[in-house]
Amino acid sequence: MNLAKHWRQKGTYYLFQGQRHKTTGEIRFPARPPMLGERADDWLPTVLSGKGEIYSFTVLRQAATEFESATPFALALIRLAEGPMITAQLTDCAEEDLFIGQPVEMVTRLLRRPTDKDGVLVYGYKFRPVLSSPS
Amino acid sequence: MQHVSIVGTGSAPVGEHYTRTLEDLALEALSAALQDIAPALDLSHIKGLYVANAMGEVLAWQAHLGAFLANAAGLSGIEAFRVEAAGASGGVALRQATLAVAAGVADLVAVVGIEKATDRLQGYQELGMALATDSSFEAEHGITLTAQWAMLMRRYLHQYGYTADVFAPFPVNAHANGRNNPHALYRFGINAEKYRKATQVASPLNMLDCATLADGAAVVLLASEGLARELGGNYVRIAGSGLATDTLALHARSQPLLLDAARRSVDQALGQAHLTRADIDVLELTDPHGIAAALALESCGFVEAGQAPAYAAEGQITPTGNTPIATAGGYKARGDVGGATGVYQIVELVRQLCGEAGPAQVARAQVALAQCLGGVGSTAVTHILVAPEKGV
Repeated sequence: MNLAKHWRQKGTYYLFQGQRHKTTGEIRFPARPPMLGERADDWLPTVLSGKGEIYSFTVLRQAATEFESATPFALALIRLAEGPMITAQLTDCAEEDLFIGQPVEMVTRLLRRPTDKDGVLVYGYKFRPVLSSPS
Repeated sequence: MQHVSIVGTGSAPVGEHYTRTLEDLALEALSAALQDIAPALDLSHIKGLYVANAMGEVLAWQAHLGAFLANAAGLSGIEAFRVEAAGASGGVALRQATLAVAAGVADLVAVVGIEKATDRLQGYQELGMALATDSSFEAEHGITLTAQWAMLMRRYLHQYGYTADVFAPFPVNAHANGRNNPHALYRFGINAEKYRKATQVASPLNMLDCATLADGAAVVLLASEGLARELGGNYVRIAGSGLATDTLALHARSQPLLLDAARRSVDQALGQAHLTRADIDVLELTDPHGIAAALALESCGFVEAGQAPAYAAEGQITPTGNTPIATAGGYKARGDVGGATGVYQIVELVRQLCGEAGPAQVARAQVALAQCLGGVGSTAVTHILVAPEKGV
């Protein structure tokens, strides 16, 4: 039903693309149209590192209808390395291993199964605990 | 602002009304409110119908509720429309109706808060509420409002060094007060021990710290100063009204634990009423979870940041405390009635200001504050009500 809506977010969902301000260097995510008073080229597309840390999290056992079959699942507010905070599911982890401040990294996963006749599989970003620290 | 008086109130019992329709519930509340102005005035004197509803399309399969309910009430022809601002719909509708009366556009209007939630199963209810978020970047990832409050609760516990059971006094107070409200969804008490053992819903939020969405309808009749005088009664007045907005996405806020719109709406409403926080005797807040009440109390300047759990543990949020909340059960015991909540709050606070709140009566309550939030504070509406005898 929301095929076009998902397609419009392909840069955000698949590439993890945000925007960088061409003079200040500020990063924003998700990308958005120019705000009033901004020029169309003030913000340029940029692919983010996909690194961040957990600001807070929950494990949800009562979900909205499209996600009911996936419960329980973990959700987090994630502070990205570039500054912005986002909301995303956590994956490849157990609840007892999660903690505030935990380093996480972005992975592309199925966000949810199709719930109506369009059969659309919605893929996008989730985050998992960083598997190994760079040494 | 010109004086606006509340000349009638009515509500239907909050519940899972499988046998009843949306219009049936709304008309019960409207009939009850009309009794307050009979026999001097009747239905035909109502000049506007302001319908508050958050999720009619998703849960009740009915939009266009202004004309729908005007017709159901036998008021076809009058001005009627639906106001939607998620969980803040009731407060926003009340504000629009208040402004219409204050501007002299109408001298008697009805605010109808209505939510018919239980025709759909829980998954759709969660979806309906989740659409109050920035859907592409929140709901589409599986977030619900409960999950958002849960994440704020975990962050709060982390930041201030508490454990989850410090929030028990909030639902314990709500349930204790709900026992006395014949229209409350849950009329039984709970205690801290039961809270501690309750099943997790969205960790660290447990079942006894999560409100239940249910069906409900409430009505407030607003009149101009002139009409209120003709009616000869001393009525509760709306002394101040404020509305503010914040980012739709919770993650876009620089300080997620600060409900900035809630704070600004209180400042506006108090400023308009020429009153201060110290004048407030009783409050109704958006308190589906203890963390929501705590953040509202702190953000709005009633309690210092990080202190709300200790403040609640001292009994300060009970009817005999300094900042009584949820005196009719709040979201937890009265029930979360979606877009109707802001109207229920007014019905409940008018009872307080008239000294008719029974065992949950706050002694000498003269000034009340009602606040409802849409989403996690993306819209905040605050109203200040004053008792008839209070000359402000």
